[in-house]
Amino acid sequence: MTGFLETLGLAESATLLSLSAPGWGGNLLRGLANSLQIAFGAYGLGLLIGLFGAYGKLYGGKVTRDLLAIYTTVIRAVPELVLILILYYVGTDLINKLSSAMGGGRVEINGVAAGIWVLGIVQGAYATEVLRGAIQAVPPGQIEAARSYGMPAFMTMRRVTIPAMMSFAVPGLANLWLIATKDTALLAVVGFNELTLETKQAASSTRAYFTFFLAAGFLYLMVTLCSGAVFARIEKWARRGQPSLKGGTR
Amino acid sequence: MDTSAAASLAVSEDVRQEAIRVGDLHKSFGSLEVLKGVSLTAKKGDVVAIIGGSGSGKSTMLRCINFLETPSSGTIVIGGEEVLMRADGSPADKRQIERIRTGLAMVFQQFNLWTHRTLLENVIEVPVHVLKIPKSQAIERARVLLKRVGLGDKAETFPAYLSGGQQQRAAIARALAVDPKVMLFDEPTSALDPELVGEVLTVIRDLAAEGRTMLLVTHEMKFAREVASHVVYLYQGRIEEQGPPAEVFGNPKSDRLKQFLSSVA
Repeated sequence: MTGFLETLGLAESATLLSLSAPGWGGNLLRGLANSLQIAFGAYGLGLLIGLFGAYGKLYGGKVTRDLLAIYTTVIRAVPELVLILILYYVGTDLINKLSSAMGGGRVEINGVAAGIWVLGIVQGAYATEVLRGAIQAVPPGQIEAARSYGMPAFMTMRRVTIPAMMSFAVPGLANLWLIATKDTALLAVVGFNELTLETKQAASSTRAYFTFFLAAGFLYLMVTLCSGAVFARIEKWARRGQPSLKGGTR
Repeated sequence: MDTSAAASLAVSEDVRQEAIRVGDLHKSFGSLEVLKGVSLTAKKGDVVAIIGGSGSGKSTMLRCINFLETPSSGTIVIGGEEVLMRADGSPADKRQIERIRTGLAMVFQQFNLWTHRTLLENVIEVPVHVLKIPKSQAIERARVLLKRVGLGDKAETFPAYLSGGQQQRAAIARALAVDPKVMLFDEPTSALDPELVGEVLTVIRDLAAEGRTMLLVTHEMKFAREVASHVVYLYQGRIEEQGPPAEVFGNPKSDRLKQFLSSVA
């Protein structure tokens, strides 16, 4: 194996990427784990915000609708990098002010929690629009049928609207997930040890920029490919009962 | 029919329970008044056919009865229980209207089956989740009902793979699954290809024959004449004429009804 890599001139890269010291592979994988953890959390939080946001925009009162319009407009207008800096520093500042006002000391902000919070708010704005569009695409008759049979509002949402809108929402939600995985890279600016920052550190310590960024790119690609496979299954499930557009098959 | 039979019919009609009573129902959409005071009573086992031209308010009336549309004013009494209404006509007690709706199974023009659920899942949805009937029991009953409407072999099929007539029969099975006090049919055959109308009417005819109470908004005059016990003709939001089908169709009194009947014949 070593001989084979040596003939390709990759022996040095293999050493650098190995999981144990002096290799930096373990650091990269730890960074990836952190990235995924944040992406999962932010995506979940984003979906939750998005669901409430979509329902609020569609069925809420005037104040709710206006507030949500401000939220989605501002978040989608400002570059994510700027938003991350704002939300992160403002957020930590607020928490520290609150803590000192209550007589406490400086609070150490958990990086993962902060990342999930910041990216979740960004994701929520996009998810609100994806889900709002999907809910509106549900034939009104299906919701009407649920109401006419005495289904309470929440049960109608759970049993009829959400399952019926899924087929319209999944492509947009898959996009959001991929964006979430890559947006974690932006958290490098606030010093969070996700994959990109770990890669940068490894690269600048060893001067092997090409090796490490290529490796990071490969890891991001693997995440995307796996996600694609998972979402393809989810979409197939969400489209159950709908004839395929290609026609013919049942 | 001899006089004694007519008399006994009249007597038996008196002891039958009132199933539904609509009193002075008004409904406006903005400045457009669609219903201008409609009153109607159906007793248990009655089949009331509601006929009228486009825009006469017949579908709106049906949709006001289960509050899919909020009436502007009026009273609605289902099985002796009056629906509590706020001043603006919206139901005052959410629990009450949800309970009453379950007893008023509606069959829609566009079927409105839940497309992400199989026929069996469509039929058991309300019994299991709203009426809290044990699932196994609901499934057993759903299979009987699907068989009854001729879809016994389609239980696991999704609605999109069925014809309009089959979907509408499945929708009727879904309605029967809640064991409704009154069935509301909102132009059940209007969205169907002509050759599929018959199979749906056959199912409705059977239900009428077994004494189901129903309000039936329809354009099928021959069918209304055949199955209805009472026919109501709506014209511009008011009841223009009503009575037994033989009277309404055989001997219409108002000119508008005469004109309407000749236009649809």
